[in-house]
Amino acid sequence: MIGSFASFLATSGINTNVWVVGLASAVSFAMPILFAAVGEILCERSGIVNLGVEGMLLCGVVAAFLAYDASDSAALSMVCGLLAAGALALVHAFLCITLRSNQTVSGLALVIFGAGVSNFVGEPVEGKQIEAAFTDLRIPGLHDLPVVGPVLFHQNVLVYVSVLVVISVAFYINRTRPGLALRAVGESPATADAQGISVSKVRYAHVVIGGMFAGLGGAYIVLVDGPAWNQENTTGGIGWIALALVVFASWRPGRVMFGAIAFGFALRANFTLQGAQITWFPAEVLRMMPYVLTVVMLIAVSITDVGNKLGAPAALGRPFVRDER
Amino acid sequence: MSPGDLASALPMLRIRGVTKSFPGVVANDSVDLDIRRGEVHTLLGENGAGKSTLAAMLAGLYRPDSGTMVLDGKPVNFANPREAQSRGIGMVHQHFRLVERFTVAENIALGDTSQPWKLDTRALESDVQRIGEEFGLPVRPDARISDLSVGERQRVEIVKTLYRGAEVLLLDEPTAVLTPQEVDALFVTVRAMRESGKAVVFISHKLVEVMAISDVVTVLRAGKVTGTVQTRDTNQAELARLMVGREVELSSLRAMGVRGSALLSVSCVGLVASKRHVLRDISFDVHGGEIVGIAGVSGNGQRELAETIAGIRAPSTGSISVASQSVGGKGPRKTRAAGLSFVPEDRLGTGLAPSMSIAENLLLTRPRSLFISKRKVQAEAAQIIADYDVKAPGPDAVTSLLSGGNSQKVLLARELAASGDGATSNHVLVVASPTRGLDIGATESIRKRLDDLRQRGGAVLLISEDLEEVLALSDRVLVIYDGAMVYECDGASADRTTIGLAMAGAIATENSGHV
Repeated sequence: MIGSFASFLATSGINTNVWVVGLASAVSFAMPILFAAVGEILCERSGIVNLGVEGMLLCGVVAAFLAYDASDSAALSMVCGLLAAGALALVHAFLCITLRSNQTVSGLALVIFGAGVSNFVGEPVEGKQIEAAFTDLRIPGLHDLPVVGPVLFHQNVLVYVSVLVVISVAFYINRTRPGLALRAVGESPATADAQGISVSKVRYAHVVIGGMFAGLGGAYIVLVDGPAWNQENTTGGIGWIALALVVFASWRPGRVMFGAIAFGFALRANFTLQGAQITWFPAEVLRMMPYVLTVVMLIAVSITDVGNKLGAPAALGRPFVRDER
Repeated sequence: MSPGDLASALPMLRIRGVTKSFPGVVANDSVDLDIRRGEVHTLLGENGAGKSTLAAMLAGLYRPDSGTMVLDGKPVNFANPREAQSRGIGMVHQHFRLVERFTVAENIALGDTSQPWKLDTRALESDVQRIGEEFGLPVRPDARISDLSVGERQRVEIVKTLYRGAEVLLLDEPTAVLTPQEVDALFVTVRAMRESGKAVVFISHKLVEVMAISDVVTVLRAGKVTGTVQTRDTNQAELARLMVGREVELSSLRAMGVRGSALLSVSCVGLVASKRHVLRDISFDVHGGEIVGIAGVSGNGQRELAETIAGIRAPSTGSISVASQSVGGKGPRKTRAAGLSFVPEDRLGTGLAPSMSIAENLLLTRPRSLFISKRKVQAEAAQIIADYDVKAPGPDAVTSLLSGGNSQKVLLARELAASGDGATSNHVLVVASPTRGLDIGATESIRKRLDDLRQRGGAVLLISEDLEEVLALSDRVLVIYDGAMVYECDGASADRTTIGLAMAGAIATENSGHV
């Protein structure tokens, strides 16, 4: 991630306003958080909490890293990231939907498992640096615009894809028949069941697809930032931040986008403040904010009443059992 | 069409010899039933008589073990409710199947595979509006379910089945949750559906309603059809006999003894829960030798009132005293010690510990001592089983395995015995929905116990959503609406219409005085 920022600084020239650079870098930095959070929205809207985002991200990163390192193919790398995280989500789905186990415990287990597996599998490439696959594209005619040019129209291709993803997911959830079924399953599975909707199918599908989104976030880190594989530090806890962001955004994809960028900006604050030569304000305070908010949000949502007020799906976290006579 | 034409019309749905068993019970035993277009056909029976099972088979929820169902000349065997729906059979369940956070239109679209992939909300809403108007079911398609009353939610359920093209509508105990005015509105709709040539299957155990709305009545008892009669050729007494299998007289029971001193005094009690005023300035007394009934539509503060009086909740304002001892907010133990017993609405859960035996459940209300005399409590349990005619294998039977009526008997026996030497003269009993879900036999026996306590000088506070029950037992009737007592009248001369209006909130608080 530092790599992309440095290259960005270099190409932007010294005269560019540091705040614009900071914002542009925040947008790029926000993407893995955004993808993971959108995935978690799909998952939680079906009524399943997956606290294992961090674990799925790590698996996504290591799978994408290994695939890219071996094949030099960005597409293959992305597919591997998606599949690895999706496979982990499938485990969660099986435990929570079929076996009806505790979703919190299963999610936490996923984080530990994901961290362990990625460390083990990634050991041979520990510390290895790769080249970023996706570099920034300038949108002709638009990238010269002041402020919005560099922030919005001088980004890598996945940033533009993310906008499409957010719009499509929002449309899917709110305006389509399967989206309606998804929301019903998360709000009142018994009602959905009575209408002939298979609660488990809907939940399985969205938990796994949600996991794949986290995998996409992992692949983004590899393909855009071109980092060195450095165990858990590669993700830096953004999986947890994505979880809090879902709550922050009231389970709505549109809001998650802005939240992710705000968090991205805060996480990059030390570079931005340094660039702006602001020394009186400790950048650490800003960098700390997303983590503090994460803790606050996760506590808040665990209180049922608060969760309901924030707009949590009514059946979130509760296994569905059809009552038989 | 005149009724004569309707009766001669060929049945639309023909059921022959349908049998369905569940482990341990035969819910339906070779049932025959003919449903015609333009007919309101009531399935009448006590709880557990098999009427809901029969309807559930028609709606595709269960498959019959044997027998045939023929719809419009073609044999059918529905694998699931969706199949039944596609053939024009729709069911409105007693417990609504609606997503609270969805709009009316979204709920109607849910699970409907004929909807386009991209939902056309506007077309959907206008269709819903149109159907609503056609059958006298005013609904706002864009309203959220959470903002609707119970009656309105029921309308949404009916519109939903009509929208899906139902020709046969199964209404499972539709009036159980409604105020008398809402029942009237429902009947207008049912008649409109009959006029338009649909068949309505009305499931009920309320004889007055059955006589008022149906053309044909099929009576079930213990899973068997005991008779199919034209409504115009029958009367309540005959239906009751078919339903119960013997002459029954669920007559009104009134106080015969002298009204004693006030044993339970509730004064200016208010309760605020989750920042909402659940109870507002409630005052009344219950004297020895009387039953005071509290009527109201469910969810207007009855449960909270019962729990506050029982000491489970502390009132935010006001005071409560039992036999002149102040108990408000002192907790259930002190309240019980003062002489109050409580039979909660939720009998398995709050009332009894479901996984414990009858004997063990008796111990729960005993003064705590370090050691338990198992033999003594077993003998007591055996005594209760004999006295109350509880159908249980013995004192060690786990309460969750008892039927509703039997577990209620155990609970009532425990509460009546709680003061030590049986019901003493200063005994106060608070009972909530004591006969909900019970068959007529058990209902009769429970009501008799309440009456006994009254005749012996005990004070009974009866909180029930079943207006018939309140009217049948109470010497005085209070109506609770939105946490306040809005109406009071004498039990014997109570006027149903006025009570109905009060239950629906149509009578303002100033019209009633405090007791």
